Amino acid sequence: MNIIALLAPVSILLALGGLGAFWWTFKSRQYDDPQGDAARILYDHLDEAPPARDADALQPKRRPR
Amino acid sequence: MTEVLAAPGLDFAGSDLSGFVRPRADGEEGVELLVRGARCAACLRKIETGVGAVKGVSHARLNLTTGRLSVSWPRGRAAPGDVVRKVEDLGYGCAPFDPAESKAEEDKEGKRLALALGVAAFGAGNVMMFSVPAWTGLSQELGIGGRTLMYWLSALIAAPCALYAGRPFFASAWASLRRGKANMDVPISVAVLLTLIVSFSETLRRGQHAYFDAAVSLLFLLLIGRYLDHKLRLKAKGAARDLLALQAPVALRVGPDGAERGVPVREIAVGDLVAVRPGERVPVDGVVEAGASDLDLSLVTGETLPERTAAGARIAAGALALTGRLVVRALARAEDSTLAEIARLMEAGAQSKSRYVRLADRAASIYVPTVHTLAALTFAGWWIVGADVRTALLRAVAVLIVTCPCALGLAVPAVQITASGRLFRRGVLVKSGAALERLAEIDTVIFDKTGVLTEGRPRLISADARDIARAAPLARASRHVLSRALADVAGPGPAALDAHEVAGEGVEAIIDGKRTRLGRASFVGAATKTATETELWLGVEGEAPVRFTFADSLRPDAAETVAALKARGLKVSILSGDIALAVERVAEALGVAEWRAGMTPAGKAEAIAALAAAGHRALMVGDGLNDAAALAKAHASMAPGSAADASQIAADLVFTGEALSVVVEAVDTARAARRRALQNFAFSALYNVVAAPAAIVGLVTPLIAALAMSGSSLVVTLNALRMAWGGRRP
Repeated sequence: MNIIALLAPVSILLALGGLGAFWWTFKSRQYDDPQGDAARILYDHLDEAPPARDADALQPKRRPR
Repeated sequence: MTEVLAAPGLDFAGSDLSGFVRPRADGEEGVELLVRGARCAACLRKIETGVGAVKGVSHARLNLTTGRLSVSWPRGRAAPGDVVRKVEDLGYGCAPFDPAESKAEEDKEGKRLALALGVAAFGAGNVMMFSVPAWTGLSQELGIGGRTLMYWLSALIAAPCALYAGRPFFASAWASLRRGKANMDVPISVAVLLTLIVSFSETLRRGQHAYFDAAVSLLFLLLIGRYLDHKLRLKAKGAARDLLALQAPVALRVGPDGAERGVPVREIAVGDLVAVRPGERVPVDGVVEAGASDLDLSLVTGETLPERTAAGARIAAGALALTGRLVVRALARAEDSTLAEIARLMEAGAQSKSRYVRLADRAASIYVPTVHTLAALTFAGWWIVGADVRTALLRAVAVLIVTCPCALGLAVPAVQITASGRLFRRGVLVKSGAALERLAEIDTVIFDKTGVLTEGRPRLISADARDIARAAPLARASRHVLSRALADVAGPGPAALDAHEVAGEGVEAIIDGKRTRLGRASFVGAATKTATETELWLGVEGEAPVRFTFADSLRPDAAETVAALKARGLKVSILSGDIALAVERVAEALGVAEWRAGMTPAGKAEAIAALAAAGHRALMVGDGLNDAAALAKAHASMAPGSAADASQIAADLVFTGEALSVVVEAVDTARAARRRALQNFAFSALYNVVAAPAAIVGLVTPLIAALAMSGSSLVVTLNALRMAWGGRRP
């Protein structure tokens, strides 16, 4: 029975990690352009990072071409 | 999505687009463009690499899902026209996007729902780690202390998740209650909150009736439905918006120096000079200052014949310049133009539509009081027969939980999204689920004539093949609608090289040494007869002029469509702004007994209102600005993708492509969707008839509640999805 005291918190933490990862991918706009992201990985020189949070407020990320 | 965009691209590259440039951070500025036709990885690479190489451009990024291209450059270093030209050179359609609009369409609601859905999924999945041991035989092994521990751990996961994921429902329920009504979200919110409260109290008392998992999985299932419903609306809205963005966001303002600059239409002020090139629409009401042109007013008044205009004439927004370039002094801003009255009528129509109660909400208005009364009676009943308050309350809550509203919250959106997916593949955009429900209820179909029953452009009806061949070189050299109709009949061939067009008159060229003219009767020196048909004359020097007559021809499947609608028991009639003679001919050809001609926009809307007052539910199919008010007022409405902006906004459904028969298909699909939704209601009523008594007598344990709820949700969802499979059968 004692093992539950260890396993229960561990499993909750693991699950929270998953939720946190979902949250992060969502907030970093990785679901904005599913079609485009699938295409981008095919070319080395295309910018693979998700788009900047707000096109007007942030400097767009630049990658060496 | 992009292949349904049929609007012609305008030539933006030639004009100055600095009105669309917006400053960005760090000394950069940029434009947002809508790119048409980009679908694959190669397109993405071509566009981003190509635009990135335009002089001065520092960054280009294309969103392949939405078709939006964002380009930026250090302030003043690049010209937006170069960017547009580059995209067009690469072979893609391209139009600048009004930044004010692009800001507004950020999908906040969708993001909130997606996050809530993610959290609910996390909660529903992980709460099972602790609920399952508590339910199963383990509970004996665990003992009461172990079970209570499991419940506390469930609560730790489920309660925060349910409170977060339930926010969309709580907010909507609260808003509805404040208006003194109860929508679907009220019982959902009550059930979730009550379940949580009772489960906590039960866990504190170390009892077995804790339903933490039920609360969060209920929300998970319902959020799926809510998210699907939202996606459906967003997709249709986005597609409709893209159509509009390609049509007329740009007006060419003529500056004091005579230079033309492209600016968003809304920035045109009274007194500004605006240039309108052939093939473009007049953006605002105004007076012609210079130039002459034939105007196609078919979208404004429904009239087929082009009207000639010259300096000094007043023209209305929405008219299409056919032959010549006009310079127009604006008399009104875009919002106050001819459209203003139509817009007001549209608003009134939309208001009457917003009073429509959706199927699910109508079912909820029966469901909510029934279930809540039942729960209250259960509590009272058990209390009277001597049970303690706790048992009575638990039984009542079990009733609330087990009579799950999933069939209403999940099945209806699932049916509607499969139905509109089916229509989308046939080129019909459904703007909302409510639109489908209204479409299923119609008993009358009202058609506009020009551009709906007919093709909206004239076609040659009588001429000699030899004359056509002689006129063809001139016709090919002209942009006039009648010339084009003539050239279509003649087929491909050489155009008269030295042809010159006299705006509003015709074309002239020297062919075989003879001066040849094609145009108005007066232009070729013929005696004119008044005729209902549009006509064009060919005059060859030294010969008698030859007349070509044109008529607006019916869509090939118009008669078939009308017959099919009648076969479904629908009444068909025509409301047109055109002259009586033209309407009568169409009505006769289609076998439509009821028609009215010469209708004003307000007249059309009134006719619809009169029908509604007589208890009829009308589907309006129209494309002109003069139909917009009627479209907004009608019980359901459809507009072709070639329609005026306002009409597309007002219509519930927009169909692209040439076939009119999609109207029949849309009605059939809407009716099938309604049948399927009603089936689901029937199933869920049946389920509740079994489940509720079981809950009342106290047979429902947390395990049974969880199984019954997800089981019933699964059945209604699968039944909804049959809609997609059923589509293959006739």
